[in-house]
Amino acid sequence: MKIMKLSDLPVKGTCRVVKVSGEKAIKKRLLEMGFVRGTEIYVKKVAPLADPMELVLKGFHLSLRREEAKDVLVEKI
Amino acid sequence: MNEKKRIKIALAGNPNSGKSCIFNALTGSNQRVGNWAGVTVEKKEGYAKFGNYEIEVVDLPGTYSLTAFSMEELVARDFIIKEDPDVVINVIDSTNLERNLYLTTQLIELGVKAVVALNMSDEAKHKGIIIDIRKLGELLGMPVVETVGTRGIGIQDLLREAVAVHESKEPLSRHIHINYGGEVEEEIKKIQAALKKDRDLTEAFSTRWLAVKLLEHDKQVRDDIIAKAGATDVILKQIETSHAHIEKILGDESEIILADARYGFIKGVLHEVYIHRAFDRITISDRIDTILTNRLLGIPILLGLLWVMFQTTFTLGKYPMGMIGGLIGHISAFLSNTMPDGLIKDLVVNGIVSGVGGVIVFLPNIMILFFFISIFEDTGYMARAAFIMDRVMHTLGLHGKSFIPMIMGFGCNTSAIMGTRMLENKTDRLLTILINPLISCSARLPVYILLAGTFFGRNAGNVIFAVYMTGIVLAILVGRLFRKTIFKGEAAPFVMELPPYRLPLLKSVAIHMWEKGSVFLRKVGGIILAASIVVWFLMSFPRTAEYKMEQSYAGQIGKFVAPVLEPLGFGWKGGIALITGIAAKEIVVSTFGVLYNVGENEVDRMEKLQNALRKDMTPLAALSFMLFTLIYIPCMGTLGVMYRELGSAKWALFAVGYSLTLAWLVSFVVYRGGMLLGVR
Repeated sequence: MKIMKLSDLPVKGTCRVVKVSGEKAIKKRLLEMGFVRGTEIYVKKVAPLADPMELVLKGFHLSLRREEAKDVLVEKI
Repeated sequence: MNEKKRIKIALAGNPNSGKSCIFNALTGSNQRVGNWAGVTVEKKEGYAKFGNYEIEVVDLPGTYSLTAFSMEELVARDFIIKEDPDVVINVIDSTNLERNLYLTTQLIELGVKAVVALNMSDEAKHKGIIIDIRKLGELLGMPVVETVGTRGIGIQDLLREAVAVHESKEPLSRHIHINYGGEVEEEIKKIQAALKKDRDLTEAFSTRWLAVKLLEHDKQVRDDIIAKAGATDVILKQIETSHAHIEKILGDESEIILADARYGFIKGVLHEVYIHRAFDRITISDRIDTILTNRLLGIPILLGLLWVMFQTTFTLGKYPMGMIGGLIGHISAFLSNTMPDGLIKDLVVNGIVSGVGGVIVFLPNIMILFFFISIFEDTGYMARAAFIMDRVMHTLGLHGKSFIPMIMGFGCNTSAIMGTRMLENKTDRLLTILINPLISCSARLPVYILLAGTFFGRNAGNVIFAVYMTGIVLAILVGRLFRKTIFKGEAAPFVMELPPYRLPLLKSVAIHMWEKGSVFLRKVGGIILAASIVVWFLMSFPRTAEYKMEQSYAGQIGKFVAPVLEPLGFGWKGGIALITGIAAKEIVVSTFGVLYNVGENEVDRMEKLQNALRKDMTPLAALSFMLFTLIYIPCMGTLGVMYRELGSAKWALFAVGYSLTLAWLVSFVVYRGGMLLGVR
């Protein structure tokens, strides 16, 4: 299984969270929003200007900048 | 027996959980909007009645958690801990249980008495989600009530349960512990043991909660402990050991382990309570979104909607604006005719009525603007606008949501700054407010029209456009500069929910409009009233036999500042116009009228004024003056809301200082640079 950054996932790709790293405040926020190990994430689209990304996880839609998505390590499925 | 009992209930819930709808349904029109002490987070309070209970309802800010990550979370958490409400109602979006329950786990940890309002239950059923609410209540240790906030369904049951929980008559109500697993639980116990040595702490808080928060690196709890506890060293040492131990044994930081465990707990709960659950159907919301955030259409649609918003605000707003203006004219005329001549009459008519009246006419515009904004917010489109424009705003070091207030600034900075309330992060809000006055509002347009029309003839339109663009470019530069210097390293992460599209509820839109309108009116009654009196005083004193503006205090100040303005190409008359323009920028034009003595209602008034101006200024000086008008001190109304929204006079004064400096520099560079190039 290949581990990659969430920011590198293509549109319409699906993945599972492996680990969230990065700065403390952002990490905490992402954890609270459900970026815990095993959570499935679907990359729905990117904004017209290519950033941020729109993700679907745990049944809701979330928008995240690539900058922050870099800190989420995922495995592609 | 009929004795009234008073209890206090707090509403907690995620953003977009329909919390405000529940609040409105609970309290009806019986509510009050204010600010939480010390911060500019909106505080809503209201009253509800149930049996012989008089219930005070406090609407906490919408939060995803209680980690003191943002101002809102801190406010919500402090309220629950320090104000100790009798019952907390946790409003949950039934269609999005998993993430909404995360906040519930935090309430469980705090050990508060709580009731869960399973809101939007109609929407959930429509989606095919069926939940065993009895089971859910058992597992969470708090009763669960199904509600539909928008239609007032379940509200009485909610109040009944809240009262039952308060009276400890609800059998489902019990303390439960979320199990974090053997290793972590052991460390929690060790920290608890260290905490328990301190009597003051154990009396005020649940030690388990404190221990969990300390394990999570919660800065505020840690600071609290350091401030309050006696044996701080022992506690801090224990925390460090526990962190190291957990990381060594479990291979992850404790925050991750704890969040994992909470979501694990939620998963376990959901596994038991979902009777039926539909999966990933393409919803209407998704279909709307494929158009509104489309790669090609997204931006044009957003701009189109904003265009409609502004057009409506100004064209539709004109009618009531004219009516209010007319009414003020009548009041003014009535007072002129009935009051005895003298100082008091002058103060009332020329100071108060014309000053306050000049601002109050904007009330319809503000209400219309907020009609659109609350529709954008309530439908969920605002989040999409932020999503679409975030890339652009990010280059300014701002959040996507800042785009809307920036655009609103073209209409009126006052309402734009009031609109920054939708920004959750304090730094974003500060920065957006500080650079907002650089976006040229409509009140400055008359000044440009007069000067550009006088000096630039056929090129007037291009010159005005250039002035507007200068404002935008300066906003970008100043924004970046402030982000790199004053607000360094405080960038908020862009983690924004895109809620499903929903139909807006007329009632909540109306409440929102009324709230904003009344905030504005209170401002008019306060700071603007005071400012009008000051400006009137400066312009009409000292009294002389024959009135000449240049002899008034305003005139004297104008002459006093003239040497500073000299290098910019305009003299004391410009100085007076700019000083009076602080009250409201349109006044610059009418002051010119008074200064060049062109009379009130003559037909050739405009032409006379233009001729007089041509004698006094070069085109280059006029351009320099326009730029100065664009940048210098925001008007009194804007300063008033800035002070209110920034929460301190310090920042408002900073805005005055930086804008004056910047205005001078820009005008100087343009005027002197132009002279060097041989332009006149």
